[in-house]
Amino acid sequence: MSIDNLSSIILTLVTFLPLAGGLLLILFPRRDRDIRIFALVISLLTFAVSIHLPVHFQRSHTEFQYQIDLQWVTTPNIHYHMGIDGISLWLVVLTTFLTPLCVLISWNSIHERAKEFFILLLILETALIGVFTSLDLFLFYFFWEATLIPMALLIGIFGHERKVYAAVKFFMYTMIGSVFMLAAILWLYAHTGSFDFVVIRDQVMRGAVPQFPAAAQWLFLGFFLAFAVKVPLFPFHTWLPDAHVEAPTAGSVLLAGVMLKMGTYGMLRFNLGLFPEQSRHNAGWIMTLALIGIIYGALVAMVQPNMKKLIAYSSVSHLGFVVLGIFSFTQAGLNGAMFVMLAHGISTGGLFMLAGILHERRHTYEISEFGGLASVMPVYAASYLAIVLASAGLPLMNGFIGEFLVLSGAFQARAAYGILAATGVIWSAVYLLWMYQRVFYGKVTHPVNNSLRDLSAIEKIAVWPCAGVALLMGVAPIVWLGAIDPAVQAALTPLTRVASRMVGR
Amino acid sequence: MNPNLNLWLIPLLPLAGAAINGFLGKKSSRKAVTAVALFFCGAAFAMALSVSMRWSSLTLPYHEFFAHWIRSGNFSADFAFYLDQLSLVMLLVVTGVGFLIHVYSVGYMWDDPSYYRFFTYLNLFMFFMLTLILADNYLVMFIGWEGVGLASYLLIGFWFTKDSAASAGKKAFIVNRVGDFGFLIALFLLIQHFGSLNFTQVFGSVQPMGVETGGAGLLTAIGILLMVGACGKSAQIPLYIWLPDAMEGPTPVSALIHAATMVTAGVYMVSRSHVIFERAPIALTVVAIIGTLTAFFAATIGVAQTDIKKVLAYSTVSQLGYMFMACGVGAFSAGIFHLMTHAFFKGLLFLAAGSVIHAVGGEQDMRKMGGLRKRIPWTFWTMTAGTLAIAGIPGLAGFFSKDAILWRAYQASWAYWLVGLVTAFITSFYMFRLWFMTFFGDYRGEAEAAHDHAGHPAHDAHGGHGHGGIHESPKVMIIPLVILAVLSVVGGYVGVPGSLGGNNRFDQFLAPVFHASTPADGEHTVVGEKGASEQTTEGSEPKTEASTELLFTAISVLAALLGFGLAWLLYYKRKDLPDKIAGSLNGFYEMVVHKYYIDELYAAVFVRPLIDGSTRILWQGVDRNIIDAAVNDAGDVARHASDEVRHMQSGNIRSYAGWVAAGAAVVIVLMIWAGVR
Repeated sequence: MSIDNLSSIILTLVTFLPLAGGLLLILFPRRDRDIRIFALVISLLTFAVSIHLPVHFQRSHTEFQYQIDLQWVTTPNIHYHMGIDGISLWLVVLTTFLTPLCVLISWNSIHERAKEFFILLLILETALIGVFTSLDLFLFYFFWEATLIPMALLIGIFGHERKVYAAVKFFMYTMIGSVFMLAAILWLYAHTGSFDFVVIRDQVMRGAVPQFPAAAQWLFLGFFLAFAVKVPLFPFHTWLPDAHVEAPTAGSVLLAGVMLKMGTYGMLRFNLGLFPEQSRHNAGWIMTLALIGIIYGALVAMVQPNMKKLIAYSSVSHLGFVVLGIFSFTQAGLNGAMFVMLAHGISTGGLFMLAGILHERRHTYEISEFGGLASVMPVYAASYLAIVLASAGLPLMNGFIGEFLVLSGAFQARAAYGILAATGVIWSAVYLLWMYQRVFYGKVTHPVNNSLRDLSAIEKIAVWPCAGVALLMGVAPIVWLGAIDPAVQAALTPLTRVASRMVGR
Repeated sequence: MNPNLNLWLIPLLPLAGAAINGFLGKKSSRKAVTAVALFFCGAAFAMALSVSMRWSSLTLPYHEFFAHWIRSGNFSADFAFYLDQLSLVMLLVVTGVGFLIHVYSVGYMWDDPSYYRFFTYLNLFMFFMLTLILADNYLVMFIGWEGVGLASYLLIGFWFTKDSAASAGKKAFIVNRVGDFGFLIALFLLIQHFGSLNFTQVFGSVQPMGVETGGAGLLTAIGILLMVGACGKSAQIPLYIWLPDAMEGPTPVSALIHAATMVTAGVYMVSRSHVIFERAPIALTVVAIIGTLTAFFAATIGVAQTDIKKVLAYSTVSQLGYMFMACGVGAFSAGIFHLMTHAFFKGLLFLAAGSVIHAVGGEQDMRKMGGLRKRIPWTFWTMTAGTLAIAGIPGLAGFFSKDAILWRAYQASWAYWLVGLVTAFITSFYMFRLWFMTFFGDYRGEAEAAHDHAGHPAHDAHGGHGHGGIHESPKVMIIPLVILAVLSVVGGYVGVPGSLGGNNRFDQFLAPVFHASTPADGEHTVVGEKGASEQTTEGSEPKTEASTELLFTAISVLAALLGFGLAWLLYYKRKDLPDKIAGSLNGFYEMVVHKYYIDELYAAVFVRPLIDGSTRILWQGVDRNIIDAAVNDAGDVARHASDEVRHMQSGNIRSYAGWVAAGAAVVIVLMIWAGVR
């Protein structure tokens, strides 16, 4: 098949391959081993296929690529429209990269209903990828909500003690947020006659949407609320620690690694893309909330006695950086925001896997239950340290590049925000290294920990790619930024136009 | 056209060593680990030497592009290297002293079960330190800057089963991060105003700017923020608190990282940024005042310490203060001169102290030493050379560099000079105190009697060579000591000032870096730079000043001798006096012993409130009782309000999901049908 032909179906392939695999799994007999291997093969295959995307991506083009646009339903006017740009490209690859690792990390930890587990995992992957590839708002919304079901089930069925509470909270919380987005989408459809993002954007830019100026602020908020809950932006974050603590490891990895980015991706794509003027108007309070999230998340993370909650709150802090970068409307800020999304996906995904490995052995996440593990599990300790350093933003690791760019952008936009947010570099060192010390250093205080076994081969295969990619992204960020930079520049163009118009007034 | 020096190899060689030992070291023999570590560190040194051999054929500064790193909009930062006289001095010092300390560590760490891990970290440190030195822009410098912090963290906490070591490592990293915060903000300012972090570009843009005489401006802000970073890395007030704790690390680490190289990174960075500082008199004054205060303050603490390494640690803080004092008065080359000689003698002092600790079976308390002069003669004599050098005894390395600083300080303000002089006196006193307590009098420890070293398991060297009692260290440790001792004695002759008949070749060597770029407008140049007409190097000063300078030299020699005399009196002649004096000072002595309670103060002001506040107010207060409570209440209200659909609301997550899934399925089927039709 020629590249041209492949280009038009590649996104469909990447998106639905996991779903197809999941459906096939239904037919499998309940032999856990076969199921695991099949799930791994499917997720690896998806990853391999998705590598086509960055390889053949035209970096200098700012249009959507690999587009496929078919009329799906005539009334209402719904298209099967997919396509990616430099912003969504890497989020797709992030998803396909993390899923095989999730399969691996669940290899031995899921004993009951393994079949359902891996089916849900693969369905979830399709939904997540679909969110990033959809260019039709209806399709987007469909995938957006579709992520909730497998995730809520993963938490509710395979989670820990308070799993049902956490699953319901997660489900209701994010569902309610999404309703406002649905309303906004329907309004846009009613006034433009299209769900197509590109069409709507063009109409908005041309000022061809009737009553748009009056409604724009509400529409902006409708989208924003859904995204803010998902991110989660302070003060909408309280579902996150509960969901994470109860979720099985793979659920946490995809939840923190990819699902949270749906929110920030949405802000970047829809809030900035469709409502540049409102984005400018609302940037003040949004940046303030992001800033609060950065510092608040870090400080609350610092005092968590539970490792998973600590990582969850640290996500609130890291995602605060993303939102801050996006609403700085600077090239550096947006590049950095994109980079933090990816970096956080890798490093926090890694941290959750590592936490899960410990939980599998001790059935607890309480930090005080550990101590001195570096003597008992040296390989585990070294891997953990690598990921911790990535997360703490050590230069040459991925966390640094994103944070540096975000802070630099925020500083250019509003110096005070940049300065306050930069205290984050101190906090992240505090909560991560303090946790690391309590878990790994000192003497072994609980005798039961003396017999903990170090990383198994499968666990190494699951964790080390995260550490490796974290390093690679820190050393050669240009590989990623090369595609992100032009896309971000394009995304900023309408905003700069708005800004100059506002100055002109 | 410059020849290709392949500078990139210099940092990458030790990195290769670290990688090999890190991944394979555990299963390799000690000899293999040693060979790898020494080879790659030595190769870096050899390359540094070969660079200096080809020095005359180079057009400076030399640039070398290696690879692209970050590209965002118009901003870019690349892996690129920059070499000029300043970086060459640093390069030689770091690789040279670094290599010697690697050699020494072979002997010192031989019995440690984590031998390979030690050398992995040590090589890793070299990689980051060399990156820091050779960087061509601030961001690559920042890689090295944070990286040496990481290496320091790992090495301070090398014996991580010991809680105090683990805590000290963490403390070092976090306090350094506070400094890095300032550094980062400075970088953001640079990006915002100059669009680049590249040295050549930034300094090129700053060059035509005038001196900020009218008050604080952009350059002042940048300078002060950079100094915040330097305060963290180089342990200056108010961020010095991590360095004394860092002594938890193995002694070669203290010598390499916490005396000779890493802690001087701040001095290097400020000197590298001299173009900015020279145009920001307020920032320079800040540097000078911080340096001067730190020099004095830390020296006073050093007087009351009884742990041999702690004395040296505070001494290091104090000597770094001197270097900043020099930078602050615009005498950058004097600061770098002292940086170099300090690397020699302080590296030596730490290694010798390590040898002492090794000899007495891990004891670090000087009150339990004494009379070691005859027992470990090599250690004694080399340490004597180091002590004389740091005390400022004429003819030795420290004498020339300290003198250069004090003279230039005087030219800026007599206050700097006076404090510096008093500090010199205190330095001489506490160093000879250490010397007398360790090597003279009678032995007060137990190493002789108790051959079993298990009594000090927690202590630094655990000397379990199988031979008990006080013993001289093996050759592999003594040879580096001797080389450093020689350097401590003769290292100062590269910078003999004009007043003593020399021509200060060191200053002249660095002149192209520091003097070529001083602000153009004459009258109000840098503090201490005596007018534009006199932009001369120290080597060629007018005659009238030479005699004054000579007088000042004599005064500082007197101070050093006075320090020696007092130490002799108190710790050799009348050993009963110190206790009496301490007693008569009431609380003050206690306060000094407790390091002025600064750690306690920081704990009370910063650490406790942060942790308690975060726990009680933010987490339990805001997060749980306000936000989450509101969410759950809203949920309850909604539940009561929705009695109508109660049947669907079984509270069972699977049934919720089932409803949604069913609904979604219906929609999809409808749509597919619609689409196909």
